[in-house]
Amino acid sequence: MSPALIALLPFLGALLPGLLIRSGRTVAATACGTTTFVALLGLLLHIPAIMRGEVITARFEWLPLIQLNANFRIDGLALLFGILILGIGLLIITYARFYLSRQDSIGKFYTYLMLFQGAMIGIVLSDNILLLLIFWELTSLSSFLLIGYWRHLPAGRQGARMALAVTGMGGLAMIAGMLILGQIAGSYDISDILNAREAIQSSPHYTTALILILIGAFTKSAQFPFHFWLPHAMAAPTPVSAYLHSATMVKAGLFLMARLWPVLSGTPEWFWIVATTGLVTMLLGALIATFKDDLKALLAFSTVSHLGLITMLLGFGTHEAAIAAVFHIINHATFKAALFMTAGIIDHGTHTRSIARLGGLRKLMPVTFLIGTVAALSMAGIPPLNGFLSKEMMLYEVDHLDMARQGFMVVATIAALFSVCYSLRFIVHVFLGPQRDDYPHHPHDPGFGLWAGPALLVVLVILIGLFPNTMAGWLVDASASAVTGQVTESDIYLWHGVNNALIMSILAIAGGAVLLSMHRPVLALWDRTPRPDAKTIFDWLVLRVVFMGRALTDALTNGSMPRALAAFTLASLFAGGIAWYTGSAGPVTRPMLPIEPIAFIGWLMAIAATGCMVFFHRIRVLALVLVGIVGLVVSIFFAYFSAPDLALTQISVEVVTVILLLLALNFLPKRTLTETSSLHRGWDAFIATLAGLGFGGLTYAVLRRDFAFPTISDYHLANSYKLGGGDNVVNVILVDFRGYDTFGEITVLGIAALAIFALTQTLLQGRSSKRLLNWVHDHRRAGDRHPLMLVIATRVILPISLVVGIYIFLRGHNLPGGGFIAGLVVAVALLMQYMASGYAWAQDRQGLPYHALIGAGVVAAGVTGIGAWFNGKPFLTSAYGYFKLPFLEEFELATAMGFDLGVFLCVVGAVMLALNSLSRIARKAGVTVNTRPMDIDLSDEDQPKEAN
Amino acid sequence: MEILVASAIGAITAAGVYLILRLRTFAVVLGMTMLTYAINAFLFTSGRLVVDLPPILLSHDVDSNHVYTDPLPQALVLTAIVISFGMTAVVVMMALGAFIEGGDDHINMPDEDRLMPPLKTIDDAKQIEDETA
Repeated sequence: MSPALIALLPFLGALLPGLLIRSGRTVAATACGTTTFVALLGLLLHIPAIMRGEVITARFEWLPLIQLNANFRIDGLALLFGILILGIGLLIITYARFYLSRQDSIGKFYTYLMLFQGAMIGIVLSDNILLLLIFWELTSLSSFLLIGYWRHLPAGRQGARMALAVTGMGGLAMIAGMLILGQIAGSYDISDILNAREAIQSSPHYTTALILILIGAFTKSAQFPFHFWLPHAMAAPTPVSAYLHSATMVKAGLFLMARLWPVLSGTPEWFWIVATTGLVTMLLGALIATFKDDLKALLAFSTVSHLGLITMLLGFGTHEAAIAAVFHIINHATFKAALFMTAGIIDHGTHTRSIARLGGLRKLMPVTFLIGTVAALSMAGIPPLNGFLSKEMMLYEVDHLDMARQGFMVVATIAALFSVCYSLRFIVHVFLGPQRDDYPHHPHDPGFGLWAGPALLVVLVILIGLFPNTMAGWLVDASASAVTGQVTESDIYLWHGVNNALIMSILAIAGGAVLLSMHRPVLALWDRTPRPDAKTIFDWLVLRVVFMGRALTDALTNGSMPRALAAFTLASLFAGGIAWYTGSAGPVTRPMLPIEPIAFIGWLMAIAATGCMVFFHRIRVLALVLVGIVGLVVSIFFAYFSAPDLALTQISVEVVTVILLLLALNFLPKRTLTETSSLHRGWDAFIATLAGLGFGGLTYAVLRRDFAFPTISDYHLANSYKLGGGDNVVNVILVDFRGYDTFGEITVLGIAALAIFALTQTLLQGRSSKRLLNWVHDHRRAGDRHPLMLVIATRVILPISLVVGIYIFLRGHNLPGGGFIAGLVVAVALLMQYMASGYAWAQDRQGLPYHALIGAGVVAAGVTGIGAWFNGKPFLTSAYGYFKLPFLEEFELATAMGFDLGVFLCVVGAVMLALNSLSRIARKAGVTVNTRPMDIDLSDEDQPKEAN
Repeated sequence: MEILVASAIGAITAAGVYLILRLRTFAVVLGMTMLTYAINAFLFTSGRLVVDLPPILLSHDVDSNHVYTDPLPQALVLTAIVISFGMTAVVVMMALGAFIEGGDDHINMPDEDRLMPPLKTIDDAKQIEDETA
């Protein structure tokens, strides 16, 4: 099976629980299990090839420009971790099915779990460090979801947040480190990086890259001083702890160190940072674990300690130490996952994980006792179990160190001693001792489903211990070869004869047993010793970071819009100024056009209206009139400078905009009060003047120069008729050359109209609806709201303007016009009816739903575009032809007309829907609904009969 | 002629910027409308000023010597005008909604209306932290 498919399978599997959970929990679990099993099988099928020393790869180009490629590889190391992730994943899926209660939504759990599994598999199979980083972040995110799975528990949420913060921060550091590494190696492919050892280690950036990558690895693998998040993550359901925090996620850091071992290790920096961190972590974790009361906390700190052990071995940088590290990864995964599941079973059976409340479970839970004892003995390093083998190898490597040998020997032995102590404690304080009668819940052994997984692991613990070379030797060889890059043939023995390692081991076991016998007084001493609490420090830090972040946000955005806009304007001016003075605009090449009187009059009007606008904007109706004047001058400006389409569009938009603003003004205050000091206004005027000078200056500079680059407009002019079949080049560009843009734009226009409709819907409900119902109009109404003259005039105009609209639409392809303008003209024609006779009267007389118009418009444009597919052309390619109908001249039909029809419908729908929304507000506010076309009643029969 | 166009665009921009710096919604809407004019006109002028040569083809002959103004900025500005209308409509409705809902048409958001009101001391932050925990 392709490595890429193996990495993809869990992600596909993540979709299944959501689809299948209605069929039951078992079905969902089976689906996830089957997916995992298939992936595992696919992986195992590669074993023969990997044993021959081959590397299986799959390469896909993703973003080749930044060298981010979906390259996957399976070598011995990937195989080892893949088996751990998928194999233990399979057990966890089974275990979780029986562990989670009916109240827990198990589908969600399985989805998170499969996502996490996919991310982990992605990490170990990646052959590109950028791809690896993506999966790395995915594990942080998915583990956040898993740790916080019981979201009703504050501890779960806090633990999840802490884990995300710490591992996420480490991930950021690692991204930087990986980028440096890739830059040095000249490639982001792991295969290439592994060949660039010389270049990397001699680079001046080696130490920086090393430290950054190690921060990522240490945070993920809970190494000192980042170890504190792991115990808090124990708030997760036990299957999560067993999976993430023993077998997989915390091993991702180790995996990374092992993966990059050939290029990073072997330097003094590597030794001192990695080996020392590992040693300190090993000691500290074992020490704390000895005194923890919570079973899972004990296991969590023990995990920290064992991860430290493996880190230390990797830090030694020797071939043999790497073998020991790999072997211990296997062994730790087997016994620790079994122990976590045992802890879960005990929690399940007794409803407590507090060691102080347990003891004497031996008879009550015999199966659990057996499983837990074997696993714990292996953790203690008692022969002939597998934990003994790798611990011996570790002590042996410590004994053969070149640097700081004695120091490491002493500390490692002490750590081993504590490790024995807490392992035995797990057996003695939980299972042995007198049976009690105050368990929170009567203990009993669980069903087969719960203990099957740990039992299988414990069998492995024994078998690997007895037959290490048969059971695990091949896997150790394959992965150690991949880690070190040298062919490895390990030979693991139970009995090495009497050597320093054995003596250290015996010292540790004896010391651990003695320490356990004195546990009570030592615990009392421990409790009295002051220690820094990592969580308090972390919370203190987070609080300050949050406060600073909020303070910065508050300082930047204080809710004042003018301030933000002024800052934006000044920043734009500043950036524009820099661009102007650092760039070169080229020489002035275009002569000035002569000023003609009509243009000068237009200019005078614009300047006068703009000036009045500034001075009289407080009188809002007047300001609207002035806006209208400026808009008109702009339309004339377009018409004057050879843009008839723009002129038509601008003038019709102008009408619609002013009507809309007028309707809104109906509700808003009619005057703006002076609220600012003259100094304030002076400052605003200063900014405005700067902006005006800048923008005007820029316009002038553009106008006096020719194009800096050859324009593509010549192509449009040359091909408008040939390719698009139209003479109006602007229209052909809209519906053909740049039809995609237009399609997007009518969609946006439709969305804007729907947003207005939605806003209105909210206004018509809740608090604002009550305000509207009690609305007091602040100005007197005209007595004649629907004047006779206006009604008659608009009725006469309506058919004419509709015909004009259709005419403009039809001729648009060859003469100024088109869907946009026609839509606006028709909308204005309809609007006039509404203005003349009131909304309700007009609405009753037309049956077009505006939402549907918008939808139909977008669909018509889209369908026209898709039509091109049937001709084997890309989306929105137009075709045209000439047709002859009887009695009519020959005329042209282009598919672009269908598209333009879409534009037309969308524009009409959007404009009318916006108006519709305003009028609904008006009616809610108590504007009387008229049922007659005009205020003056012309009919005879409805006249009230006068009494004679 | 260029100087007239440039100065008018500059003046309209200045008025628009002045108006968007006001404290009431209606003035800001007006200011945005003014800015729309200025920007659309500016984009249009990137095709340079050409009189009486609209981009309507007079001949289908490729070798004809007819000269036209630049059609591309026109096409882009045409949709920009329509979109500006959509934007103005949405903004007006938001202003109206805010006025009906809130009772005044101030553009600034008072501190107490903010989803996350400003924190005075670190104890405020702690309190929020404790509440969410």
